[in-house]
Amino acid sequence: MSIQATLSADSQVLTISVKGRFDFGAHQDFRNAYERSGLTPQEYVVDLHDTDYIDSSALGMLLLLRDHAGGDSAQISIVHCNPDVRKVLSISNFEQLFSIK
Amino acid sequence: MATQLSASALKVADRLTVLVADDNPADRMILGRLVERLGHQVYLAENGQVAVEQFSERRPDIVLLDALMPVMDGFEAARLIKQQAGEDLVPIIFLTSLTETDALVQCLEAGGDDFLTKPYNPVILDAKISAFRRMREMHQTLQAQRDVIAAQHASLLQDQEVAKIIFDRVAHSGALSHSSLRYLQSPYAMFNGDILLAANRPSGEMHLLLGDFTGHGLSAAIGAMPLAEVFYAMTAKGFALRDILFELNDKLATILPVGIFCCAVLIEVNPDKGLVEIWNGGLPDVMILGPSAELMRSVASTNLPLGVANRQRFNPQPEVMVMRPGERLLCWTDGVIESRNQAGELFGEAGVHEVLDAYLGHPGRIFDGLLGALERFHGSPEDDVSLLQVVMPERSERIPSPRATAPPSRPQDWCLSYTYRAASIREQNPLPFLLSRLLEIPGLRPQAGALFTVLSELYSNALEHGLLRLDSAWKQDSDGFALYYQERGERLRSLVDGWIRITLNHLPTPDGGMLQIECEDSGNGFAPDRACADYAGRGLALVAALAQEVEVKGASSTVRVVFSW
Repeated sequence: MSIQATLSADSQVLTISVKGRFDFGAHQDFRNAYERSGLTPQEYVVDLHDTDYIDSSALGMLLLLRDHAGGDSAQISIVHCNPDVRKVLSISNFEQLFSIK
Repeated sequence: MATQLSASALKVADRLTVLVADDNPADRMILGRLVERLGHQVYLAENGQVAVEQFSERRPDIVLLDALMPVMDGFEAARLIKQQAGEDLVPIIFLTSLTETDALVQCLEAGGDDFLTKPYNPVILDAKISAFRRMREMHQTLQAQRDVIAAQHASLLQDQEVAKIIFDRVAHSGALSHSSLRYLQSPYAMFNGDILLAANRPSGEMHLLLGDFTGHGLSAAIGAMPLAEVFYAMTAKGFALRDILFELNDKLATILPVGIFCCAVLIEVNPDKGLVEIWNGGLPDVMILGPSAELMRSVASTNLPLGVANRQRFNPQPEVMVMRPGERLLCWTDGVIESRNQAGELFGEAGVHEVLDAYLGHPGRIFDGLLGALERFHGSPEDDVSLLQVVMPERSERIPSPRATAPPSRPQDWCLSYTYRAASIREQNPLPFLLSRLLEIPGLRPQAGALFTVLSELYSNALEHGLLRLDSAWKQDSDGFALYYQERGERLRSLVDGWIRITLNHLPTPDGGMLQIECEDSGNGFAPDRACADYAGRGLALVAALAQEVEVKGASSTVRVVFSW
C-alpha cells in the first residue's frame, strides 16, 4: 500500500492515488494526503487505478475526506476503479455522495 | 592517568556494585582496588561457590569472574549466576590469562559476555564497565517499556473483552428464537461488528435487523447500543419500519464519528397479509426463494448505509413485496461473499448461486448447504459470517384473542378525538402515540396486539383509500404491489388537503369497559364490498375478526369499531 498526493499546477485539484490494498493500514497516510497544511484545493480526485482491494474502513476514510472537503458541497471524484472496487462502492451506494467515474 | 579516577568522579547514579571472584588473594585485591578507584562498590569472593552465594545475597550489577578456581570454577559459577539473574542482564566478564581459543570459547558458552586479561589495564577495565553499564541501562529501559506495553495491552484486551460481552448481549437478542428464523452468527463476526436483532410489533409483524458496523470491538459496540435501543423501543411501540429507519439513521449520524457507519438490512415480516418490507443499505443482495428454492427475487442495496446520509438525503422507503407461506428469504453480511480460501480466491456471488442451483427442489436444506459450501471452500468452519433465513409462516396463526382476561380495574369515562390534517399525515405516523394512550387503560393491555392491528387497519384504510384514493384492485400480483406502494409514497408526499379523525370513546360498563374507535376521513369513502381479492381489502375482514362490532357508516368514510371487556 502506498499513497501519493499531487496538486495540480494551479493548486485547484488534489489527486490522491492509492496503490495496493486500500484498508485500515492506509488510514494515516490517506489522512495526511489531504490534511497537509496550506492545501485548499477546490476539487479532489481519488485515483484507484492501482488499488486492488477496498474494505469498509476505506469507505469510512472516503467519508472523512468528504467531510474535510465540505460535506455536501465537496467536489470529489473517484476514478479508475476496477470492477471489484466499483462493486464495493456501489453496494454502499456511494454514487450518491461521490462522482464515481 | 586512569589511576587518578576516584570515587568522587562518579555520580551516585553511575556507581555500580561489582562482584570480583578470584582465588589468588593478590590478584583479587589488585582488581578490587582498581574497581573501587573507578568509583564502584566491590564485593569479593575467593572461589566460584562463594561468588554464587555473594551474587544471590548482594545482586551485584556486574560480575568479574576468574575462570580457574578451586571448589567451583568460573564456568560453573557463570552458569548458576546467569540462571539466577533470569531476565535481568548481569554482564559476566571473565578474568583470564588464558589465550587459547578453546578456553575462551568455553567462557562464552558458560554465559560470559567479555574477557579481561591479566595484567589489568585500568583504562580498558573502566571502558568495559562503562560499556556494560550502558547496556544494562538500555536493557532496563527496554524491560520497563515492555512491561508498560504489556500492562496496557492487557488492559486493552480486558476492555475489548467487556465490549465483546456487552456487544454480544446487545447484538444477539430479542425474538431471534422464533420458529420462522434460522441464523448463524460466528463469534468472530460478532466481534467484527455484525449485529442481528429481532422484535415483534404489538400487532404481530416481526422486525429484523441485520447489520455490519465498520470497525470492530469497542467502536462497533458503541454504535450497536443506540441502534438496538431504538430498534427495540420503536418496534415495541408499534412504529413502522420507515419511521424506525429514519430514527436509526438520524441517531447514528448524530453520535457516530464520520467514517463509522452501519451497513444494514431491515425487514418487516407480516404473515397476516403475506407481505414483507425490505430495506437494504450497503449489504449484499437479499434473496427471496420460492417453494422449491428457486430464486424469485433479489433486493439489491439501493440506499446509503445507516449513519451516513443526512435527513434530507436519507431514503427510508422499504420495498414492499408479496411473500407466500413457505417462501424463504436469505440475507447475509459481506463475510459470505468476501470469504476467501487458502489460494485467496473469493467465494463471491457465483459461489452463492452455485449453492442455490445445487439445492433446487430442496429448500429445507439450503441454509445448511450454504454453510457446508462455505466450510468446504474455506477448508475450516468460516469464522466471519452472519447468515439469516426467514421462512414466511402460515397466515393468521397468530390472531390475538380479543377476549383475553384483563386484570380487574375501574374503567374511566372519557372521550378523546384527534384530527390529523395533511401536514401531520405527511410527516408522521400517529398510531404509536394513540396506542400508548390506550395502553394506559389496564383492561386494554392484554388486547394491545388486536387494538394496534385494528387501529392501523382503520388508519391505513382512511389514508390509502379515503385520502390517497388508491385502488386495492392493483394489489393482485407482485408488480401491482410494487406499483401500489410506490404510488402510495408519491401521493402521500404531495398530499395538501384532507384530514383523518380518530375518536376514542371509553365507557365504563357494570362488569368492565367498552371502547369505541371511530375513524373518519375527508375522502369520498372506500368500498368495503370489494374486499375480496387475495391480498386486497383484507384489512376490514381482519378488523371484524378482532372486534366485537364493526360498522361502516355514511358513504363508508366512517368506520366504528367496538371492543369490550
